[in-house]
Amino acid sequence: MVEPILFVLMSMAALAGAVTVVAARNPVYSAMGLLGTLFSVAVLYVLQLAHLVAAVQVIVYAGAVLTLFLFVIMLIGVDKEEHWEEPLRYQRSFVAGMAGVVVLMAAGLTFFTDFDWVPAAVGGTDPSRTIGTVQAIAEPMFTDWVLAFEATALLLTIAAAGAIALAHYRRRPH
Amino acid sequence: MLLNQFLVLGAALFAFGVYGLLVRRNVVLILLSVELMLNAVNINLIAFESYLVSAQAVGQVFAIFVITVAAAEVGIGLAIVLMIFRNRKSANVDDLSLMRW
Repeated sequence: MVEPILFVLMSMAALAGAVTVVAARNPVYSAMGLLGTLFSVAVLYVLQLAHLVAAVQVIVYAGAVLTLFLFVIMLIGVDKEEHWEEPLRYQRSFVAGMAGVVVLMAAGLTFFTDFDWVPAAVGGTDPSRTIGTVQAIAEPMFTDWVLAFEATALLLTIAAAGAIALAHYRRRPH
Repeated sequence: MLLNQFLVLGAALFAFGVYGLLVRRNVVLILLSVELMLNAVNINLIAFESYLVSAQAVGQVFAIFVITVAAAEVGIGLAIVLMIFRNRKSANVDDLSLMRW
């Protein structure tokens, strides 16, 4: 019984954080909203026994990525006012309408039709299932998915080298 | 517990991300919206993995890969944003019309 209550609480927190991200005038508030969303989603991962992914979410996203965002927001300057007049008329309300239609269609499809691609799990969050432990993730990651693992290692190396190259770029004096 | 509620939550988060991506004018906020969309994808991956428990733990391994790609994207994206800001003194996408024909 605790799982539906936890789901409702945490999904409300995640949606509130998402609203803050898209609606806040101050970019720092947007970053804090994303922090709330990330933590709530991490709790939802734990609810589904994905312990390692929840830990990675908190450490990498909430720790590293969000700190990077806050650094850049502070460097660019929070007091830079984002001007809110619309270059395209009615763009904002049109996009909001489209997004609302998409969510309503998804909700309608899942709740009001016999839309069960997969049967609901019998045991729910049965703690005896070891699907999210470090061992359960690491074993397939280093055997079946080792090529993708190496590719992400290459990607991270290239990204780090590219970021450093961009930071050190100076236009050559003529 | 049902699977559907996680899918609806993922759709809602994705919709908020799309809204922010199309409506906000600050480049940093556009990147924040992209992070929201990637999180929505991760919610779907974890939810499906939790119900179709697979031997290769496909959903969770892929979620970790998505988080890695997001970290790389943020690193390079924010470096580009800083570079643009250094050159043009603006982080507003309406001012960045250099590559427009």
